[in-house]
Amino acid sequence: MSATRDEASTQEGSTALGAAPALVSARGLVKAFGEGDKRRVAVDGIDVEVLEGEAFGFLGPNGAGKSSTMRMIGCTSPATGGTLRVLGLDPATDGPAIRAGLGVVPQEDSLDGELTVRDNLVIYGRYFGLPWKACRSRADELLEFVQLSDRSDSRVDTLSGGMKRRLTIARALVNNPRMVLLDEPTTGLDPQARHVVWERLFQLKRSGVTLILTTHYMDEAEQLCDRLVVMDAGRIAAGGSPRELIAAHCTREVVEARPADGETARPAEVLASLAERIEVLPDRILLYTDSGDDTAAAVTHHHELDLASVLVRRASLEDVFLRLTGRTLVD
Amino acid sequence: MRTALPAMEYWLLRNRRYWRTQLSAMTVGPVLYLAALGLGVGSLVDDNVGADGVQGVDYLAFIAPGLLAVTAMQQGFEESSWPVIGALRWWGSYPAQQVTSLRTRDVLTGHLLYVTVKLTAAVTVFTAIAALFGAFDSAWVLAAAPASVLCGVAHAAPIAAFSITRRVEMSIAAFYRFVILPTSLFSGAFFPISQLPAGLEQVAYVTPLWHGVDLCRDLALGEATFAASLGHVAYLALWAVGGYLLALRLYARRLAP
Ligand SMILES: Nc1ncnc2c1ncn2[C@@H]1O[C@H](COP(=O)(O)OP(=O)(O)O)[C@@H](O)[C@H]1O
Ligand SMILES: [Mg+2]
Repeated sequence: MSATRDEASTQEGSTALGAAPALVSARGLVKAFGEGDKRRVAVDGIDVEVLEGEAFGFLGPNGAGKSSTMRMIGCTSPATGGTLRVLGLDPATDGPAIRAGLGVVPQEDSLDGELTVRDNLVIYGRYFGLPWKACRSRADELLEFVQLSDRSDSRVDTLSGGMKRRLTIARALVNNPRMVLLDEPTTGLDPQARHVVWERLFQLKRSGVTLILTTHYMDEAEQLCDRLVVMDAGRIAAGGSPRELIAAHCTREVVEARPADGETARPAEVLASLAERIEVLPDRILLYTDSGDDTAAAVTHHHELDLASVLVRRASLEDVFLRLTGRTLVD
Repeated sequence: MRTALPAMEYWLLRNRRYWRTQLSAMTVGPVLYLAALGLGVGSLVDDNVGADGVQGVDYLAFIAPGLLAVTAMQQGFEESSWPVIGALRWWGSYPAQQVTSLRTRDVLTGHLLYVTVKLTAAVTVFTAIAALFGAFDSAWVLAAAPASVLCGVAHAAPIAAFSITRRVEMSIAAFYRFVILPTSLFSGAFFPISQLPAGLEQVAYVTPLWHGVDLCRDLALGEATFAASLGHVAYLALWAVGGYLLALRLYARRLAP
């Protein structure tokens, strides 16, 4: 295990100025499915660089091409075009060697529901060539880490969604991976379960493991990612740290006004002049401004508008996405 | 082969809990078939054509090696048809394996190794039971058992190739009904294919099952010739290897689109 990690690290190139080495480096990466008339481009020429030790995110709505990208990085789907290096190696020729250094948490659970929690981990360790004994002790260690020790002998079928996710994360760590790929790690979980997962991922990040995650939750991206790219329709619309993205594409604050009758077109005309920029959604109007309170006051001043609520909040990645694509992330 | 062992271990682990059910299925089937056909139908046949009336032996001795080959084919089908769909879609088996150090080749090979283990168990149980029924006179039957394993693999490999391309379970049931069942009945296991209408006899020659049946029967009766056995083994190996190579391509297409 550690041998594979060393091998990989001697082969990879470092980025300029001796910064952390790039564990993923993609140039003009393309993934297309089907041929001829049925050809569908899922990933349309993206450039990505993920550095060792960072938590990197792909933020985008369903169908943006996040999973397709993750599968190419995880060496389970060949790229259609462009170049890709993962852990310094070429997925086209070194798939098994790369995968030996990766942990994968796929979008769809691939746990065997009929096996016990522990057996799911143990057999997975075998897939990496670990001896049975090592698999068993590693399994117990990881169950401790994801707080599932007490469910060790339960069938996976009997676990809640959040527990299954944690088990999948534990499983992805069996081989001591250098980088973990998480495809929508908390989609479908309730808020409580999400926080437990986030907390484990923070812990993992602190221990120096590189994380790549996809999400369509802007709060997840904000919480977990050092850097992220906003992805839409197979392309990267923008990239940077959450703070940089907000600074570059939004004002600091946002005023949300909800018309009582749900009719937004006319109030939008009236309010347009009150902010640097407004966005009109089906049920509310967003006013982008550097001073939320002043703008909110000006909005409420328009007594002729029947507004159910006016609130001020900080700008988020959701707003960045809206700005870049004209659409909301979660529909 | 060695790199595929963990994938085989998965299947053993997964099926460990069912070993009693599986052993009883392996036992009850042969007992019923040998009793109903070997003894029941057999007494009728022997009364009419004499105790050495079917290719020179009684009906039980005729049918037992045929049933051995059919058992191997059915078992091969059983473990490489819907389990392939399950492994791909329901149990997470293949999706989990493919993101690890295992290669697509290991995923397939591991599954087929497990099928081989299961086949070996099934034909061993069958051979023991048939021996208790007094179906075998020659110690050559010990060579028929491995021959039947080959027959099972010759079916399992192409069936795995077929199954990995299926999106619905239904087509597996149809495959059984329209391919496996007719092949079982008309490939010489229950009656010599010379009894088939012209045309169908030639079809039977092409089926790998007929070669398995003929090989097992000649071996069990101690009548095998080297040349004929080699021919049968080569033909079965062709199906096994051809099926494996085809499955490899189709697995790669499905697992790494
Ligand atoms: N195996 C496949 N065959 C054909 N099209 C696919 C396949 N996988 C994904 N796609 C298509 O590629 C596009 C991007 O999908 P995906 O990468 O899953 O996006 P995301 O993970 O961001 O939701 C979608 O339009 C999807 O239908
Ligand atoms: Mg996805």
